[in-house]
Amino acid sequence: MKAHTLPLSPASLLTRRDPAWARDFETILKAYEAAGGKPSALQSDRIASAVISANRVLMVNEIPGVHIEAEETPTGIRAHIRVDPGTRVEYPVHLCFGMIPQEGIQEIVPTFEIGEGAEVGFLAHCTFPNAMNLQHIMDATVRIGPGATMRYTEAHYHGPYGGIQVLPTSHVVVGEGGRFENEFNLTHGRVGRMEIRMEVDVAARGVAELTVKAYGIGEDSIRAEETVRLIGPDARGLTKTRIAVRDRAVGEVYTTMEGNAPGARGHMDCTEIVRGEAVARNTPIVIVRHDQARVTHEAAIGSVSRKELETLMARGLSEEEAVDIIIRGMLA
Amino acid sequence: MNPLLVVENVHVHRPGAEVLRGVNLTIYPAEVHVLLGLNGSGKSSLAYTLMGCAGYRPAQGRILFDGEDITDLPVPERARRGITLAWQEPARFEGLRTGDYIALGMREPTLARVEEALRAVALASAAYLGRPVDQTLSGGERKRIELAAVYAMRPRLAILDEPDSGIDVLGVEEITGLIRQMAAEGTAVLLITHRDEMADAADRASLMCGGTVVKTGSPDEVRAYFAQRCRPHEETLGAQPWEPVNGDVYKEVVTRGVCE
Repeated sequence: MKAHTLPLSPASLLTRRDPAWARDFETILKAYEAAGGKPSALQSDRIASAVISANRVLMVNEIPGVHIEAEETPTGIRAHIRVDPGTRVEYPVHLCFGMIPQEGIQEIVPTFEIGEGAEVGFLAHCTFPNAMNLQHIMDATVRIGPGATMRYTEAHYHGPYGGIQVLPTSHVVVGEGGRFENEFNLTHGRVGRMEIRMEVDVAARGVAELTVKAYGIGEDSIRAEETVRLIGPDARGLTKTRIAVRDRAVGEVYTTMEGNAPGARGHMDCTEIVRGEAVARNTPIVIVRHDQARVTHEAAIGSVSRKELETLMARGLSEEEAVDIIIRGMLA
Repeated sequence: MNPLLVVENVHVHRPGAEVLRGVNLTIYPAEVHVLLGLNGSGKSSLAYTLMGCAGYRPAQGRILFDGEDITDLPVPERARRGITLAWQEPARFEGLRTGDYIALGMREPTLARVEEALRAVALASAAYLGRPVDQTLSGGERKRIELAAVYAMRPRLAILDEPDSGIDVLGVEEITGLIRQMAAEGTAVLLITHRDEMADAADRASLMCGGTVVKTGSPDEVRAYFAQRCRPHEETLGAQPWEPVNGDVYKEVVTRGVCE
């Protein structure tokens, strides 16, 4: 087990470590910023955080009630993140995962345990600015206790080359009255090949909201597989997918929602915009095993609405500008 | 005064129908020109044709704007010359904030002008600037924002397609005030409506029927003509375009024109 914990301040940050560490840290911070992260958040002792570069744990900062243990493995890290029962975490826990080299593999195996009645947000930035032949694999386990809330927002930046495979898998259990909100964004830079898999089991009165937003260009390939099982009475589930693909990119969304208990309510909402020779697929699967459950889905797949385009063009925008605004808005 | 817009003998075909049949219309700078007509008479088709929307290219005739033939120009080129359109049912945009939407058409966007535009349609900027122009807005709110966007743009010609529909009576008064304000700032307004009381806001009026303009004159004159000649047919035949199921009345209307 190797975990770095230090009291941080901007002035002392880079001077208190060895030069190699400082170089790595500075480089990953720049990449973190390119992915949309705010380095200052990683330098605040009021914000729990962790910085992982390839298989190196560069920094961990814990705060009362939030415990982060990180262990380096040959190809990545294994992490255990616990939030004590009843803890209300004021600022989101900031996580930075990245790799600076053009090639390699990073396997992240995190476990999140959110104690009963706790409330916490996570802001994760995954940055691979030079990726040419790189794999980022995540296999996450999430346990949300009764009445607890976890919000997890993940933004990716993959640089301009598209030479990356992103393969995150998550297994989530939401306890009674618990809440899980997950948002995955990959809307800047190239996607490369991305396959998201998420399975969520929701207990009585629990809520799961899953959002995926991605923008594929060139030869990018986006595949999202989500399964939400509403297994307890009055459980709620929502999946929201927003994908834009152009050139020869492919966007595939496979969503399954199961209503297995009385009062369970689920909804799947998918919008995919297609330009050029790109291809979009959407396959919603609805399974209802109780006569008092209800699951619905809606999908809009295809070109940008002509009326939306002409509305913006009537303000003087070119067609390309109008398309860009519509796509950016959808992915905002 | 030279006309701003001249529409000469414009014919437009849509699949299965000729929706404009020899339209002639002239609009002068900074005038408010109301275009009356029953539902289905071709008013919206004319609006889309003037804006250059897909599927509304004239098969015959031409459109002159400030003396330039714009018949074949695409929508953005027309907009850059100063023409814009407020749709009857405006599109909605996920993730696009109201303030940004209103600023899109402004040459030099300023927050002050955006807020002024929102005030002009009786929407509080604090509540609406950051709201997305999406399904969370009511139909009335969306239409007000559309009008605000057109007002903020300061176009030379604003085509307002049924801005009074879906908005409450109080809103109609606000809209007519806004239209007069636009004209005072130099914008010519083509106000499309099937509610003849909206003609009160106009300088001149035209009446459409069966895909063509059948009368142009003072608002009172055209309004009276509309009430006497057109409204009775609406009760008999319903919305245009009429199906030939109503026998003699239909034949009379189509072959001789509603108002002749």
